Amino acid sequence: MIGFILSRVARAIITLLVTVTLVFVFIRFSGDPAAALAPPDAPQEVIEQCRRALGLDQPFWVQYTGYLGRLIQGDFGYSIHSGRPSLQIFLDRLPATLRLGGTALLISLVCGITLGAVAALNRGRPIDRGVMAFSVFAFAMPNFLFGLVVILVGSLAFQVYLGGQGASSTALGLIAPALTLGLASMGSYARFTRSSLLETINKPFMLAAEARGIPYKRRLIRHALPNAAIPLVTLVGLSLGSLIAGSVVTEQVFAWPGVGQLLVRSVATRDIATVQFLVLAIAATMITANLIVDLLYLVIDPRIRAK
Amino acid sequence: MTPTDLSPVLAVRDLTIALPPGADRAHAVTGIDLTIEPGQTLCLLGESGSGKSVIAQAIMGMLPPALPMTSGEIALQGTPNPPQRASAYHRLRGPKVAMVFQDAISSLDPIQRVGRQLEEILEVHGVPKSERRARVMDMLAAVLLPDPDRAYRSYPHEMSGGQAQRIVIAGALLLNPALLIADEPTTALDVTTQAEILELIEKLKVEFDTSDLFITHDFGVVADIADHVVVMKDGIAVETGTAPSVLQDPQHDYTKRLLAAAALAPARDQAADGEAIFQVRDLSLTYRRGLFFNRTEVPAVREVTLDLHKGQTLAVVGESGSGKSSLAKCLLRLQDTDGGQMIFKGRDITALQGAALRDFRSKVQVVLQDPFGALDPRFKTIDAIAEGPIIHGVPKAEARERALRMLALVGLTPQAADRYPQEFSGGQRQRICIARALVLEPEVLIADEAVSALDVSIQVQVLDLFTDLQDRLGFSIVFITHDLHVAAAISDNVLVMQHGRVVEQGPTAQIFANPRDPYTRALLQSAPGQKRGLVA
Repeated sequence: MIGFILSRVARAIITLLVTVTLVFVFIRFSGDPAAALAPPDAPQEVIEQCRRALGLDQPFWVQYTGYLGRLIQGDFGYSIHSGRPSLQIFLDRLPATLRLGGTALLISLVCGITLGAVAALNRGRPIDRGVMAFSVFAFAMPNFLFGLVVILVGSLAFQVYLGGQGASSTALGLIAPALTLGLASMGSYARFTRSSLLETINKPFMLAAEARGIPYKRRLIRHALPNAAIPLVTLVGLSLGSLIAGSVVTEQVFAWPGVGQLLVRSVATRDIATVQFLVLAIAATMITANLIVDLLYLVIDPRIRAK
Repeated sequence: MTPTDLSPVLAVRDLTIALPPGADRAHAVTGIDLTIEPGQTLCLLGESGSGKSVIAQAIMGMLPPALPMTSGEIALQGTPNPPQRASAYHRLRGPKVAMVFQDAISSLDPIQRVGRQLEEILEVHGVPKSERRARVMDMLAAVLLPDPDRAYRSYPHEMSGGQAQRIVIAGALLLNPALLIADEPTTALDVTTQAEILELIEKLKVEFDTSDLFITHDFGVVADIADHVVVMKDGIAVETGTAPSVLQDPQHDYTKRLLAAAALAPARDQAADGEAIFQVRDLSLTYRRGLFFNRTEVPAVREVTLDLHKGQTLAVVGESGSGKSSLAKCLLRLQDTDGGQMIFKGRDITALQGAALRDFRSKVQVVLQDPFGALDPRFKTIDAIAEGPIIHGVPKAEARERALRMLALVGLTPQAADRYPQEFSGGQRQRICIARALVLEPEVLIADEAVSALDVSIQVQVLDLFTDLQDRLGFSIVFITHDLHVAAAISDNVLVMQHGRVVEQGPTAQIFANPRDPYTRALLQSAPGQKRGLVA
């Protein structure tokens, strides 16, 4: 078990290191930052000066090790425009994104699992087909379109404006973008819960539980659902990626003051240090989330603990 | 005595259960009568598809809607059972009737501790919380688990098959039921464990004053524990009687056939050893797993030495984990070895590579245990059989020609050639697998539990096929099996393995009559049917 934990943590650290390297390499080779930074009509000497100031005249590996060294010391670079630390800009935006992402995850999990379970228990009936049709709609619907529809319906039919700074503090203003963001995951959770539960219900231990005199509801809640939920944990870990990607679009549509919006703005204004840091932060989030999922298995599945 | 004590524990009258339309027969079971008096054991004997498990389901009130009970009645201790799947059954299952299944580990919830699952049975039947733990611990001691405290805290996967079956039996008897139904509870277990569990069930029957309905396909089990026997075939009870009368004087042909298959008498006379075609010297294999943090080493085969003679059969006998299948993988060169030498027809093949290895593989073929998994569902029979020769360079037309000849040889009609594996029964599929192995004209056939997945009467047919083909084609067989009956029926020589080592080897007749090693002796004594002298 200790071996399992150590190997997972080691794997996460290696992945993070590879990501840092790739991000560094891609951004260095995707264009000359000095040329981008200097005014468009600047003479060659100014660009050269700029390059020296940024340390871009150094050999590649010196730049790379220097960058790694600064990262370890907690120096993540500074915004070219405001001069503020990238970390600080990120941290300012983080709470809003966590609030949105967390709510989206909660809604998609609760609704997805409930719908999937209802469908499984009514297998082959109209309600099952209805849920399955909805789940296809849910993950086929692009979130920028669904978001716009939500805003339109809200403002035209109910006179509630669902986007922008003011709306983000109201309950409805939170739920509308969270639903938009979580819709796709909800669809896949529903499908997955349905098939996983159907498989579990037909396992021999469910039959044996019935033979032991355990009533239907208890068999379902105490035995079938927990077993069916185990593979779902992996899916949740993986779909966090699409949640992050989706937040870039959803925050833009709802004018939500979060990290996704910041990323779009930083790319548009060529704020390389900030973009570099945000990409790293997102990658680190994904890696950490999947590490947590792996370790969560230890808690919920005794068979893995044994290995 | 209260009136219920005088009534039979179980009375089944004229039970008929329908099969869904389109099945191979109209009824799962027809007109079944069963009576079990207090303290008695009734064995329901039959092969797969005979309807014996359906009867158990009906008694438990667990018949699926697709299998409706069309007539008959079932009474427990004189009280008629409610209709199938009625919620009233929750009160019967446990206190009146309980059931244990074939695969004990998978009949427990994999993610809950065993103790918790046993207490749940008491909880749903209204036993106060303060008493539960003590009652579970008492029960765990009663089923003779070596360390009840540890068992209480264990998860199902941490237990052996035998331990898990003890747990399941403990759960079944927690509420002291009048009737215990055991559906093939020892079939998945090793011989020695099987004997222990049968003994345990017998002991508990007296201790807890229950009656047993024991479902089995094994006449040996009947001989050991039954008071009465009902022999089932295709949903009909073909023979009913007391165990001694059925064992000594079987009336129905089918019963006679099953009885003959249960005999543990070596079939082959000791033959003169011919040329040793396959020689193995001090063969060792250790499995290594994991990297730095979780590295483990498991020795699977330890210094095995054997000789396989031309045209003869060597049975490799052992319980699960004894290393017999690992040995098979080494002989097939599917697994690289760690030490020792394998010599095939005078040539060292221990480290053969490339074309030479391919050539060796055409000479040594394999038949595996599971005839359902061993055939690609999208290959027609003819293509499955012809694939081997084609790979080894035989022109396509000729390969198909050979495949057709092989098909006839294993007793299948030419029409079988264009059908897919799904259209065949288990026995027929195993014939296809044998044809596929023999079409390459191998000199050695390795059969790894090749009849274990088949019913007894089909086993007899397939074993006869092996013997017949061996006589005609002259190949040698290494027959790996856990089943002593199979070893007795097919082998000239036998090799007994335990913990990866050979504990004893020699002519089959000699070893069965006169085992020297204590483990071999224990194996032979554990085989069901010893008590009442079913074996000659």
